[in-house]
This record gives sequence, structure tokens and C-alpha cells, in this order.
Amino acid sequence: MAEHAQVHAEVHGHDHDHHHDHDHDHDHHEQSFISKYVFSEDHKTIAKQFLIMGLIWAFIGGAMSVIFRLQLGFPDMNLEFLRPILGTWINETGKLGQEQYLALVTMHGTIMVFFVLTAGLSGTFSNFLIPLQVGAPDMASGFLNMLSFWFFFLASVIMFASLFIETGPASGGWVVYPPLSALPQAMSGSGLGMTMWLMSMSIFIASSLLGSINYITTVINMRTKGMSFTRLPLTIWAFFLTAIIGVLSFPVLFAAALLLIFDRSMGTSFYLDQIYIGGEALHNQGGSAILYQHLFWFLGHPEVYIVLLPALGITSEIIATNSRKPIFGYHAMIGSMIGIGFLSFIVWAHHMFMTGMNPFLGTVFMFLTLIIAVPSAVKAFNYIATLWQGNIIFTPAMLFSIGLVSVFISGGVTGIVLGNNALDIQLHDTYFVVAHFHIVMGSASFFGFVAGVYHWFPKMFGRMMDAKLGYIHFWITFIGIYCVFFPMHYTGIAGFPRRYYSHTGFDAFNKFADLNMFISGAAIVTFFAQGLFAFNFVYSIFRGRIAPENPWNATTLEWTTPRVPGHGNWPHGQIPHVHRWAYDYSKPNADKDGFGDFIPQHIPLSQTPNSNTEHDMAHSHKAQHA
Amino acid sequence: MTSVIVISSLILTFAVLILLFRIQSLVAVLKGSHETVGTSNKVNAAMMVVIPLLMLVAAAMHYPHAAKEFHLPIASEHGVWTDDLFWITIYVILVMFLITNAALFGCAFYYQYNPNRKASFYHDNPTVEIVWTIIPAVIMAVLVFAGWRVWYNTMEFPNDKNAEVIEIMGKQFAWQVRYPGKDGVLGKYDFRLIDDAKGNEFGIDFEKEGADDDFLARELHIPKGRPVRLKIRARDVLHSVYMPHFRVKMDAVPGMPTEFVFTPTKTTEEMRTETGNGKFNYELACTEVCGKAHFAMKYIIVVEEEEDYKKWYAAQKTFLEDKPEFKGKGMSSLKKKNLASAEKEVKTEKN
Repeated sequence: MAEHAQVHAEVHGHDHDHHHDHDHDHDHHEQSFISKYVFSEDHKTIAKQFLIMGLIWAFIGGAMSVIFRLQLGFPDMNLEFLRPILGTWINETGKLGQEQYLALVTMHGTIMVFFVLTAGLSGTFSNFLIPLQVGAPDMASGFLNMLSFWFFFLASVIMFASLFIETGPASGGWVVYPPLSALPQAMSGSGLGMTMWLMSMSIFIASSLLGSINYITTVINMRTKGMSFTRLPLTIWAFFLTAIIGVLSFPVLFAAALLLIFDRSMGTSFYLDQIYIGGEALHNQGGSAILYQHLFWFLGHPEVYIVLLPALGITSEIIATNSRKPIFGYHAMIGSMIGIGFLSFIVWAHHMFMTGMNPFLGTVFMFLTLIIAVPSAVKAFNYIATLWQGNIIFTPAMLFSIGLVSVFISGGVTGIVLGNNALDIQLHDTYFVVAHFHIVMGSASFFGFVAGVYHWFPKMFGRMMDAKLGYIHFWITFIGIYCVFFPMHYTGIAGFPRRYYSHTGFDAFNKFADLNMFISGAAIVTFFAQGLFAFNFVYSIFRGRIAPENPWNATTLEWTTPRVPGHGNWPHGQIPHVHRWAYDYSKPNADKDGFGDFIPQHIPLSQTPNSNTEHDMAHSHKAQHA
Repeated sequence: MTSVIVISSLILTFAVLILLFRIQSLVAVLKGSHETVGTSNKVNAAMMVVIPLLMLVAAAMHYPHAAKEFHLPIASEHGVWTDDLFWITIYVILVMFLITNAALFGCAFYYQYNPNRKASFYHDNPTVEIVWTIIPAVIMAVLVFAGWRVWYNTMEFPNDKNAEVIEIMGKQFAWQVRYPGKDGVLGKYDFRLIDDAKGNEFGIDFEKEGADDDFLARELHIPKGRPVRLKIRARDVLHSVYMPHFRVKMDAVPGMPTEFVFTPTKTTEEMRTETGNGKFNYELACTEVCGKAHFAMKYIIVVEEEEDYKKWYAAQKTFLEDKPEFKGKGMSSLKKKNLASAEKEVKTEKN
């Protein structure tokens, strides 16, 4: 901590000297603890707030999955020992209750998709990296950025509180399809728990929109001199496109949630029609339950890419840096991300092949869905081509990035099966789907998240995380992920449906007791291995080795800041200008210019006469004339 | 007592581990040089090949065992088409999976850090990009076409007069089945007529034609070799009809009737012989989460030869034979009843 304080003092001291240089200065001195760490408008602090909230949620969501995996893998086990945590969720016979099982499944999904992989991942790295990598002193609006985090915090508090109410949290699956979610008499989780879910998600959407608008504005308006769009690191491209997708799709989820709120509390019938429940016929008529699904998946599918694209962006950066090689096919990578972003809006109904919608519509959506495999494949090939002829350094971040590419492929190919509606007849809502999206979306994004933390930890906290613990963490997690999710394909092919409390009721699905036990065991080991990461993270914040300014010898602008960048990011407000793209690794003849195997983005071409290529010169002329 | 010992030993072990970790990192600091690329790089590079290979071998060895369990026998005409397409697709993606993962981990191992080598600056090749855009595009096009054919053949729902029409309705937490009876016409229903207490769980309207000879059944009986038109609905929340052996799945939506047409190809008896399981039964499950007992919405399907089916069909008692009090009751009698009770309420209020 002493180290921290010293650096801050230094930075502040300098700022004081140059008091008139930039207008951010006056903030620095009078900052109280509250305005500096709590209601901070500094993008780096906000990023850390998102990170820590995200990690806390990740452990809660992960622990939930361990508990319901206990029920699935060891159905005869006495769960009495969980009573201190779960209380009455464990029934008199020492088993997890059936509704509580569904509550855990629902909350696990909601937490992981929205709170960990949307807010945690995007919130952390978009906030941290966008200003640092485009060369801006902060986000376009620090205030909106602060609001974004505190809306997320409020949403988190409401969702967390809903775990403790008597009727339990929302339990109708993370998609909360009405009528189940609309009718409190249908299940206890559809009572107050569902109201809180809707409140929390509405606030969450506001948080996400505030964040996204800020990210878009900052990328468009606040790039430093010379930072053209074609010189942006791929991380920024990924965050930028993610934010655009979010701004276009989250409002639709808000509309869906709002209509559901109306149906629940004001007697409207947007989603309800011809219902007889609890011994009475309801007055609701004329609504459509399928309408909700269309609205939900109009966000729900882009959401998959909101979660995945930042992870892919982070991976692009880490793989290039640690292969000591430019990313292969920079333009193709941008093109494929734009393609994925666009297509993600017109594939949503592949989640609904079996809802009874017109079979012709199903054909259209199958066609569009399988097209999206093409840009995804291009991305995977480009990652592999980046490794090819590289000189690879296996940092923990690099391991997780390579792991990401592997799970991205493994989970991606099963999407080709599920996207085909003829095959979806049998596989829809089975464990094949669970296996597919946990690998391609869950694990891949999680790997990207963790890779990002390992990679940018030195810039966030000024210290290094321990690499050896990182290696162990990676290998256990990598093996664990495959052990958990690969066998699920088998139970899925056999047709075992999702969200089943028990697999023993049907002769068709009850042959997998051993496999389920294996999956649960692997899940428990994988979950507890994350303790290594938690320990490494917390320990390194306080006791990690002091990081150099640029520990990975990377080219992007954030590594030109001080070890712990202060407010305004670059001392004296001297924001570097950019003269080249982000991937001048191992450039031929760079040694003659006095550089090693990388030339940072802010080095002018005039300093590197020997290594400049014709393309560099042409590009710079164009920039000058423009 | 034991738990105290267990917990304290866990804490101690944890403390020892932390201490070891601290010593390890301090030693590293004392040793001086902060090397990013050392022996660990070689170890990790080797693991990049060893671990995926080990996992592959383990999966391959386990496969024959798993395959025995996950192959559900097929009992419908279109099930053969979808399963064929499924396995073809699996082989295609298996090849993609193996090639790309091998390339990924192979490159990671082969191009591990070597101080004597410099990475190449090779970063762009439009030809290569076009090639690896076109290859997946072609594969996808073939799969789309194959899928479209199977889907079209399965879902075109031929308006076959010969098809057996049966209604299945989902409710929390059971399935119920209604047959049209001798006239082959399912009587009209209205959800306002549903009355669990008196036994009209379908809300059948007996004022309308076609309802009088409808009958309910405890199991879903269907004939072999003839299309079955399953009319699907739900009366409270979403459910989904799933008949795994027939490769049939369709959501049951309140307010929006759906349907699925399929042709069973094996009787229950034939399937018992085929699987060698004398107790085999076709099962119907729910695959859309519908509440607490979602996992227990099981229904038995019985597939019979045409003759046996006809015999069974003829032997069923109609709904009205079972509950004659419903004869002639429908929407207008409900309206009368409701008006009467409303008037009564008004009177009592006045008094």
C-alpha cells in the first residue's frame, strides 16, 4: 500500500506544478475518500468497482451451480450440512426443495449472463481500456459513468435481496417466460421474487445503456490525434461494437419487461390468453405468450455477442502481444465482428423453433443462423494464424486466451447442429443446448474475462499477479470446463431435458447416474480451483511484485502511462499522439531503429526510418492530407 | 468434534500453503531477475499438446460406453431423417473440431518462445481470408439445404384425411388426452367452461356439435403406420410435448393451439422385443419449464397395430357416458348461470 501512496503522491505533486495545464486538476486535491473510491467519476476506479462486483457475483453464481449440481449428481445425498447457508431451502428430508432447485437454476443464469458476463466483463474492460487505449483522459461523461455503476449496484442489491424473501427469488428460468412468470399462483417464485427480478433488471438495463452510450461517445469523439478507426486496437473495436449492439437491443428487453410488469400488476393481457389456473378462469384474453419470447430473444441473442465480443477483443490483444506478432487479418477481424454484430439481430427466433411458429419462418432463421458461423470461423482461423510463426510467451493471460479459442471452436461447432431446425426438434431444451452455450458463451467469455484480469492487473493495481498460481488455475479450469460440459452432450443426445430436478423419473433418461456424478464432481473441483484465482487476486493487490510500466512489452497506449495512472491518465495532461497501428510486433529492421520486438503506437514514423514499410508511409501521407 | 478437527486442519493446511507461497515468491524476488520466459514456458508449451491429447484419448475410450446409453431407438418415420442428418452433421463438425483444435494447440506448442528466433511480421493475406471464408460458407450452405429438406418434409403437415386426430393438453402438472370419438371430430371448447371440481378439465362445450362422443384416455394410444395429428394446447402456463423416441417436440401454449404430425413406425411390443426390455414404454415428457413438478410430467404412449387400436378405440366410454350431467351444457348455460348468480348477489346486497 505504501507503494500506492507514494505513486499517488508523485502524480499529484506533478499535477500541482502544472496546475494550469489542464482543467481536470482542481479535482485532484480536494478528493475525499468518498469521491475518490465510492462515487468516483474516474473510469479506472469505476472499472475496478465493476470488476470487484462482477467477481463477487461470479462466486455467488458459481456456488449456486455447485449446489444444484449436488442435487443432480448425488440425488441421494443428505444436504443437511448446507442448512446453515440455505436454511429452509433444504427440506425436512435433507434434500434441496424442487422450487428452490428451479430458483437456483434461474438465479445462476441471470447472475452469470447479466451481472458477471455483461456488467462484470464489459463494465470492467470497456471502462478501463477505452480511455487508456484511445488516448483520452477519461470517459466522455464521468458522471454518467458513475451512474452506470451505481445503477448496477442498485440492481445487484435488489436481486441479492430477492434471494432472502420468503417466497424465494424468480424461478421460471433466466428467460422468465410468461405465463409462468406472470402468474403468482403458478409458482411461489413468480410472486414478490419475480417483481424484484423485473425491478432489478429494469435498473440493470438503465445501467447498461448509460455505460454503452458513454463507450460509443468516447470511442467516436475522444480518440487522440492520429488514432484513426483503422488504428484502433481490436479490443476497442470489440467494445465499441458491443456497446452499439447493447444500445440497440437492451431497450427491447426493457419493453418486454415493462409489458410483463403491466400484465402482472395492472391487469393487462399482453402475454396472457385463455388461462385457467388455481381453479378459476382468468379474465385475460387476447395476448400472446410468444410475443414475449420474440421481444426477449431480440435482446437475448445479441446478448450472447454482448457477452462474447469483449472477450474476443481481449483475446485478440493478448494473443498478438504474447505471440510477438501482429494479429493476423486485422481488417478481416473487424469485418467479421461487424458481420457478427449485424447478424446477431436477425437470428433470434432460432431459440423458438419449437414454439409453434410458422415452419417457413423457422427455415429463414435457420438460414440466417448458420450464416453467422462463417464470420465466427474466420475469427478462429485468424487467431490460429496469429500463433503461426509467432514466438509465444505463455503468460496466464495467454493461456486463457488460447483456451478461449479452443472452447470458442468446441462450443461453436455444436451451434451448427442446434441452428439446424430439423435437428433442433429433438435437441431443443435438452442438455445438448446447455452444453453448447456453456462452452461457447459461458466458458469462452469467462476465459476472456479472466485473461483480461491477468493481463491488465499490472495497470490496474500497479502490481503483478503470481504467474505460477495462474498456470495452475488455468490448467485445472481448462480441464475442468471440458469435463463438466463435454459429457452433457451425451445426456443431451439421449434427450434429457433442461431444468429437471431429477433424471430418474423417465426410463429414457435415467441411465446417466454415473455421468451426472462425474459432471458434478468436475464442477465442484473447477469451482474450488477458482479460489486460487481469488487468492492470487486479493494477495497481489497488496503484496504482488511491483509491476514495470509495460510488463508485457505491448504496443498500445495504456502501457505508456505511469505504473499506476492517476486522474487524467497521462501526467500533465500530455496525451500521446498515435502514428501507427497497434500491432507493430517483430517488425523487420526494428532493431536498426533501436527498438526490440515491438514499436509502441506513439512512436513517430520519423524515428523508425529503417523499419517503416511502404504501407506505413502511404498511410501517414493520407493522414496528413486528410 | 470431528467437524472442529476437520475445519481446523483445513485452516492449518491453508495457512501452510499461503506460507509456502509467500516463501516461494520471496525466494523468486531474492534471486533477482524478473524472467517472464523461463522453464515454465516450456512446461506450458508441452502441456498444450499433452493435455488436449490426454483428454481426447479419455473421451475416445469412454465413447463406446457412452454411445450405448445415448442412442435412443427411433420409432417414427421422420425420426430416421433427422437422426441421419444429426449424425452426418456430427461427423462434419467433429472433423472441423479436430482440425482447428489440432492447429491451435499444435501452433501453440511448435511456436513456443525461442530466444534465437524472431516472430514473423506476416499478418495479412486476402487470398487466405477469402479461402477460409468460402470453405465454411460452402459447408454451411450444404447443411442448410439438407436441413431445409428434412424440416420441410417433417413439418409440412400434409392435410391427410387418413390422419388420426388426437388432442393433448398440458396443465400443472399432468398431460391429458382427448379423442374425437366415432365422428372423428373434436368438440369445441372454451377455457371458461373448464371446471376441475365437476370434471370438465378440457372445458368441452356440449352445446356445440361433435363433442358428444369425445372421450378421454389415461394413456396416449396411437396406431402404427398411419399419420397422427397431435393437436396441442395448454391451459395455464407454457408446456412442451416431448416424445423422445418419436423425435417429436412442440410447445403447448395457452391461447395458441399448436400441432405436430408424425407417423409411428414401431408398436410398443415391437420396441420391447427390439430393446430386450419387457417393461419398455414410450414416454412423453415436458420440456418447457412449468413450475415445481416440471420434471415429473410423465405420460405413457402406447403404439398398437391398427386392429388393436380400433378395438381399444371402440371399447372406450365417452365423456358423457361417464358424466351424463354435462349433456347439453355449454357457453349459453354458463351465461345463464352467471347472470343468475349475479342477480342473486345484487339482491342480497339490497337486503
